[in-house]
Amino acid sequence: MTLSEPSVPRRRPRRHGKMTATLLMLPPALILFSLFVIGPLLMAGYYSFFHWNGYGTPQDFVGVHNYERAFHHSIFWVSVRNTVVLLLVSIFIQMPIALALALAIYRKTPSNALFRLVFFLPFILAEIAAGLIWSFVFDGNTGLVAGITHALGIDPVFILSNRDFAFYAICLVVVWKYFGFHMMIYIAALQAVPSELIEAARIEGAKRWAVIRHVQIPHIRPAIVVSGFFAVIGSLQLFDVVIPLTNGGPSNQTHTIVSYLYTFGLTRLNIGYGSAVGVILFIAAVIVAVAYQWHLNRESAK
Amino acid sequence: MSRSNFLIGLFKTIALLICAAFVLGPIIATVLGGFKSTGDLRVNPLGLPKVWETQFYLDLIVDPAFWRYMGNSLVISLSAVVLTLIVAAAAAYVFAQIRFFGSRFLLSYLLLGLVFPFATAILPLFITVRDLGLLDTYWAVILPQAAFGLSLAILLFKTFFDQLPKELFEAAYVEGCGYIRFFWRFTLPLSTPILATVGVFVFVQSWNNFLLPLIVLNSREVFTWPLGMMQFRGEYLTEWNRTLAFISLTLIPAIVFFLAAQRYIVAGLTGGAVKG
Repeated sequence: MTLSEPSVPRRRPRRHGKMTATLLMLPPALILFSLFVIGPLLMAGYYSFFHWNGYGTPQDFVGVHNYERAFHHSIFWVSVRNTVVLLLVSIFIQMPIALALALAIYRKTPSNALFRLVFFLPFILAEIAAGLIWSFVFDGNTGLVAGITHALGIDPVFILSNRDFAFYAICLVVVWKYFGFHMMIYIAALQAVPSELIEAARIEGAKRWAVIRHVQIPHIRPAIVVSGFFAVIGSLQLFDVVIPLTNGGPSNQTHTIVSYLYTFGLTRLNIGYGSAVGVILFIAAVIVAVAYQWHLNRESAK
Repeated sequence: MSRSNFLIGLFKTIALLICAAFVLGPIIATVLGGFKSTGDLRVNPLGLPKVWETQFYLDLIVDPAFWRYMGNSLVISLSAVVLTLIVAAAAAYVFAQIRFFGSRFLLSYLLLGLVFPFATAILPLFITVRDLGLLDTYWAVILPQAAFGLSLAILLFKTFFDQLPKELFEAAYVEGCGYIRFFWRFTLPLSTPILATVGVFVFVQSWNNFLLPLIVLNSREVFTWPLGMMQFRGEYLTEWNRTLAFISLTLIPAIVFFLAAQRYIVAGLTGGAVKG
């Protein structure tokens, strides 16, 4: 920079600088993204029409057979049902618990800060660590559940080997892992509610519950919608927690869509079939995203 | 302070303590479990160890494999952070600073990654990584990890860059400072808060990632710690105490990192979420 000749600013050719900058700075992102995100996604669509074990090039074109196979596979429907159960648990059990806790500790006091830290702790752990911790807890021989049944003098319980209840155990772990995340979102939103509003309601004689219901919750609606969106997307892609807990068992009853995709697509090298399941998952995610966007648009149009 | 207020307060405190016990119980049992002998763990999973066995922790601390897993994860996560920050910031800068034909389209293209879960394209991703000859290398995790982090990073960076004062660029430009130099000299230094937030998120995601390394890493030499931990669990199926010690040791960096980066984590989480 030359400050000595301010009257004659050196004018570079404007367009040239722009071109160079654009051509240098944009392509890395485009290449990386195309190669590892969009490319594989398009390939998933293509592979899903082939019977292919991943070696050589896909040749055995089978049309929509892979999709038909998924729709006729009972385990696929088990994984879909499990994912829906998880989604319902997240929305109707986890989110209300998170909201209640957020309302209890959103004010800035030292003890609240401590509780907040404790409740947020599971969220910062790796999912795989959370899964392993709980597989110890649920272990009927040496785990915490074993300690309880032992103390009560009843037969050991192996909930993770129980076809009917194992997935609910997984849901419990998911709630344990993620409620703190939702709670933090609500807390931030609650702290942003103007205190005058709450004061005004109180002065008009509104009870605690009425303030929560008619002032605070309407005010943090956007945060609730966001956390709901995260809950849905998170349920759709749950995988890490399932592997250490049940690995999809017993008899494939606890698969989520992603663990199903992994087990029946990759470990058996059915790339075409796994890709078809991936495409189905993609469509589900797009539907969720579009619904969410539609909701946002409708909200902002009000 | 009326009686009913006191009762509500009491009820609230009890409820909070129960939740805290539910959250902390498994974690405390894990840490203590690493100090128990197998027999002790079997009959006494809940209480304090009868004899504090430090052997399982010590075995791990002197185990080169354990440190190799941790080291691999660290290298991979840091590389993913650096790559994501540089590539995403550069692209976001172009979108924020330069108007050109097709920029809106390209931006929408790069933001597509916000929509779909990583797992949908995992099999073709495996094929891509394999065909590039990257299986069993750090790059097999770093590159896809960075690529999947790009959409959110670009969105956050562009929003931030848009808010930087435009006059600054005009002034620098008149002084003869080009676009790229301005980016290094001014935009990046002024953007440390958002760089830190995004960096922290990419790091945590990469550090904890399980599915991607599971699919592209086969050799124990390059295993990240989640893979190493599952491997370890498989080797010592009947000795929970060893696995519990392993888990506990991995909790330490997670908690330390969280306490250090708490500000950015909470800001990123809540700021992004509340603004929608």
